[in-house]
Amino acid sequence: MASTIPWERVRRSASKLTTPLHPDDYLRLVNPLWSARELRGRVEEVIPETEDAATLVIKPGWGWRYNHKPGQYVGIGIQVNGKFQWRSYSVSSPPERGRGTITITVRAMPEGKLSSHLVKGLEPGTIVRLALPEGDFVLPDPPPQRILFLVGGSGVTPVMAMLRTLDRRGTMPDVVMHYSSPTEDRMIFRDELDRLEQKHDGLTLHRLHTDIDGMLDLADLDQICPDWRERETYACGPGPMLDAITEHFESNGLEEHLHLERFSLELGGEGGEGGTITFQNSGKTIEADGATTVLEAGEEAGVGMPYGCRMGICHTCTLTLISGKVRDLRNGSEFDSPNEPVQTCVTAAVGDCTLDI
Amino acid sequence: MAISDVKEYTHLTEDEVDQIGRELDQIRTEIEESRGASDAAYINRLIKIQRGLAAAGRVTLLVGTQFKETRKPAWVLGAGLLGLHKILENMEIGHNVMHGQWDWMNDPEIHSSNWEWDTAQPAEQWKHSHNYIHHQFTNVLGYDNDIGYGILRMAREQKWSPYNLGQPIYNSLLATLFEWGVALHDLDIERIRKGEKDPKEMKRQLKQIFRKGRNQILKDYVVYPALAGKQWKTVLTANVAANITRNLWSYMIIFCGHFPDGAVHFTEEEIEDETRAEWYLRQILGSANFEGGRMLHILSGSLGFQIEHHLFPDLPSNRYPEIAEKVQALAAKYDIPYTTGPLYRQYGQALRTIMKLSLPNSWTSSDQPEPPTPSHDRKRRGDDERPSRRTELGGWSRSHSEARG
Repeated sequence: MASTIPWERVRRSASKLTTPLHPDDYLRLVNPLWSARELRGRVEEVIPETEDAATLVIKPGWGWRYNHKPGQYVGIGIQVNGKFQWRSYSVSSPPERGRGTITITVRAMPEGKLSSHLVKGLEPGTIVRLALPEGDFVLPDPPPQRILFLVGGSGVTPVMAMLRTLDRRGTMPDVVMHYSSPTEDRMIFRDELDRLEQKHDGLTLHRLHTDIDGMLDLADLDQICPDWRERETYACGPGPMLDAITEHFESNGLEEHLHLERFSLELGGEGGEGGTITFQNSGKTIEADGATTVLEAGEEAGVGMPYGCRMGICHTCTLTLISGKVRDLRNGSEFDSPNEPVQTCVTAAVGDCTLDI
Repeated sequence: MAISDVKEYTHLTEDEVDQIGRELDQIRTEIEESRGASDAAYINRLIKIQRGLAAAGRVTLLVGTQFKETRKPAWVLGAGLLGLHKILENMEIGHNVMHGQWDWMNDPEIHSSNWEWDTAQPAEQWKHSHNYIHHQFTNVLGYDNDIGYGILRMAREQKWSPYNLGQPIYNSLLATLFEWGVALHDLDIERIRKGEKDPKEMKRQLKQIFRKGRNQILKDYVVYPALAGKQWKTVLTANVAANITRNLWSYMIIFCGHFPDGAVHFTEEEIEDETRAEWYLRQILGSANFEGGRMLHILSGSLGFQIEHHLFPDLPSNRYPEIAEKVQALAAKYDIPYTTGPLYRQYGQALRTIMKLSLPNSWTSSDQPEPPTPSHDRKRRGDDERPSRRTELGGWSRSHSEARG
């Protein structure tokens, strides 16, 4: 792997032979993983974790760096009915170069068609697209002396990456973990967590089965983990749980020590019309209602927007949507995948969004 | 005669035109909603075949030319494979991808925003001059540069000058060097000639064309021949042959799009306050199809469905055959002219127009058909076919009585 630079150079000179394409555009037809143009990976294995959750072992192709920080998530794009759909999932494997694979653990959401497809419908050998790891919910290196993990449901995945990293590096500090799950059966990684708890004296686990015992009352934190105020706390789980935790820490003046990952941020369906559109490169922003196209809003904000037919035909106006959601005014389809190209002349903002121009 | 009002030309009422617009929108919606895995498989398979052809052609030429016995067949086969690859890449793949036909797949590797095609014209310029100027202002005199590309006189309304006497020569040059003609497409040669072009923009465009063109020339005429060592000449001539094959073929197909008899021109009055439905109608009247089998259509970049392509430039090209059936039925229902014919006839008509219009109008006659005369039968049924009158409009109105006229 030390020869990365000359290899890049070979590919660059080879592109004289393949212009306007890259050598990778041909090589990927031989082996789908031989392309760094778009990150991709092959699903090697689908390991069932619980009834509705599975771990996907993915072998990334060229261009993957294996340098994610424990706790980060990756984007994964799957072609469903011809169309690539993107979602983000925490990486549950520790960063490790020699491994050659990464794992993500997915729980099938009742309404989530894509997550169900990932858990139940994915054949080993499927080629998926990947996006580079992102996210600030990471374990610093060296880790804090005393850690509290507050985990709910499949929020365990980024925390698992952190625990595995601590285990692998042999740097397990004083860790208390509180893990809520509806039932014991639905507790992802419960066997591995048992093993880790036995192996490391510093690791204490509290399991809560909320179907029987109810939700965690944060007032109980004083009994579960009396020194929680002196710990760095990492919390990941459903929105209401994180809201309650945030409130609890704020009222104790400890928000500086709380780190959150909202792994399933769902915006309300209605009432999201219009919003603030940010044009990233020009640094301009503007308020737009749900009937104003992104193109018109950009022009009003004084951004040099590309445009052509202004009727959705010529695609001259297509820009990359970095974040947020827009709606196609012609047919109501919504675009909210990160880095999705959108036709600005026929789309309007649904909530705040950011465009790459 | 250029048309200043499509409604008048086709004897359609405003309601009928709106209804046609709705029916065409309906066809669009049906296709959009049924796009799926098999369409995605089509474009991916085609790209695989095209890149396979490219690789096979290059290898055949590099290896096959090294041995005396195989040199000649390798030249023929290699040039053929390369020519085929370039035709597929430029026409059924590049042109259609850049129209956004496959953007719905959300695949950044097959997307209009970043596709570059294997020809000298930079994609960015093509998406302006073709997708916007040509597709929106199709066949409008003074707006659509594709009426002769600023080189040929293709409409009787365009002023004749002695320069046009050379049209047969310009035409054969354009056909042979078509790649380079296309490269200059967005420069708008006519405006440069008239001194109306912004010099800064022109410099930027020329730089882009230079960079893209240089890479194309280096690849086909320097690097690959050099790799063949002593046989550089064989590879070079094969590459020239492949490029010229592609040039002649794409030239011919493209000239069948709007130049056969029956594809009519429009004046700028037509595009004043033009509705979407009227725009649709103009696309049908201004374009010409040609007939052929599936293979011919794929090799022509589906431009044998020029009418359907102009109605729905961003719907996947593999669906044009089924769209065409619906559009033909619609054209028959409303007595809208629908121009089609065998490839040789369509190109023959275009070629004849090039020759004829090299001469002043008074020496030749027009080949454009008379405007359609609606059959009485259809006119009588016309009122019943329209959507029933909206009650909030009251019992009678002027436009309604005109509509009956």
